[in-house]
Amino acid sequence: MEYVSLFVKSIFVDNMIFAYFLGMCSYLAVSKNVKTANGLGLAVIFVLFFTLPINWALNKFVLQPGALSWLGPQFASVDLSFLSFILFIAVIAAFVQLVEMFVEKFLPSLYSSLGIFLPLIAVNCAILGGSLFMQQRDFASFGEPLVYGLGSGLGWYLAIVSLAAIREKLSYSNVPAPLKGVGITFITVGLMGMAFMIFMGIQL
Amino acid sequence: MDKKLKETILNPILKGNPITVLILGICSSLAVTVQLKGALVMALSVIVVTGLSSLVCSLLRNTIPMRVRIIVQLVVVAMMVILVDQILKAGEGTYAIDKQLSVYIGLIITNCIVMGRIEAFALGNKPIPSLLDGLANGLGYGLILVIVAFFRELLGSGTLFGLQVLPAGYVPNNLVILPPFALILLGCIIWVHRACDKDLQEK
Repeated sequence: MEYVSLFVKSIFVDNMIFAYFLGMCSYLAVSKNVKTANGLGLAVIFVLFFTLPINWALNKFVLQPGALSWLGPQFASVDLSFLSFILFIAVIAAFVQLVEMFVEKFLPSLYSSLGIFLPLIAVNCAILGGSLFMQQRDFASFGEPLVYGLGSGLGWYLAIVSLAAIREKLSYSNVPAPLKGVGITFITVGLMGMAFMIFMGIQL
Repeated sequence: MDKKLKETILNPILKGNPITVLILGICSSLAVTVQLKGALVMALSVIVVTGLSSLVCSLLRNTIPMRVRIIVQLVVVAMMVILVDQILKAGEGTYAIDKQLSVYIGLIITNCIVMGRIEAFALGNKPIPSLLDGLANGLGYGLILVIVAFFRELLGSGTLFGLQVLPAGYVPNNLVILPPFALILLGCIIWVHRACDKDLQEK
């Protein structure tokens, strides 16, 4: 039941885009049409789902204060948490590189449909943000980061696909010249965020 | 100061502002703008990180192999961010702000402005112009951050830097503090900016 609650919360209440503005750059740049938005969204779900548990284990067994005590009692007072930024981003970059190589070799059709988005994910704030939130929340069991990663990835996917659908329609409407393009997109995202606020405080 | 250098410094602040024109680094710019103080600290951190990492990457530009450059850049940027984060954590008055900014200091690593300037400028230019370019881009980012935070704090809590500015009878507008309003405000800033500068309007 906790897992269901965490899952629903990470999709709707703690939505990466509408509550924390994470991954905004690629969110705005790649949401011009639904097809590419779909590809990027899927890639984000995939990478979040795998890097979060890896970084969770890293945090639990290497970085946390006292995490190294499994090596022996003399390591119990070691605190490596200042290294977490650099290690998290290294894991993410390495994982993205690995996935890229794997997909290119074994799933060429998926590779060509994802194209440039796959390498770009390494610098998507949503991925690193997910890991940092995971560290902040201090999840206890291995299942939680898995569920959290899947949920927040899905939330991001939902946000980008719905914005892309709106923008496809928006291109036919008569917007004041200075607002065209980015300006109206920002305001649209703001209004979508307000709509998402109705999920606030949901408890399962 | 010669003309090119001046251009390097002034361009990112107005005509090529990283936030309103290039649409980079939006993530953090919106989340940290509830209070003017936090926004100012964030802006300073970003200025330091963009400046120093552009400088370091520019110094290393002839030794980095092209194929692994992204990861080298990430390591350089992450190092700078760790430095800034540790300094903020150590300072007497800044510790509380560091807590308030929570993950967003760490997220400077993936702030597109930093990587974008390294890729677009620092890898092809000498160290000193790169440093200035980095600093100026950080400044352009900070400017927007402070404008957004000014309105959000003024309308959302009636204060500036924590001091009461509006008369005590003012009822704070809670919508302003919530995340969606930051987006709408930024949309309006872009609107004003592009209405003043017709070259920037999209077709």
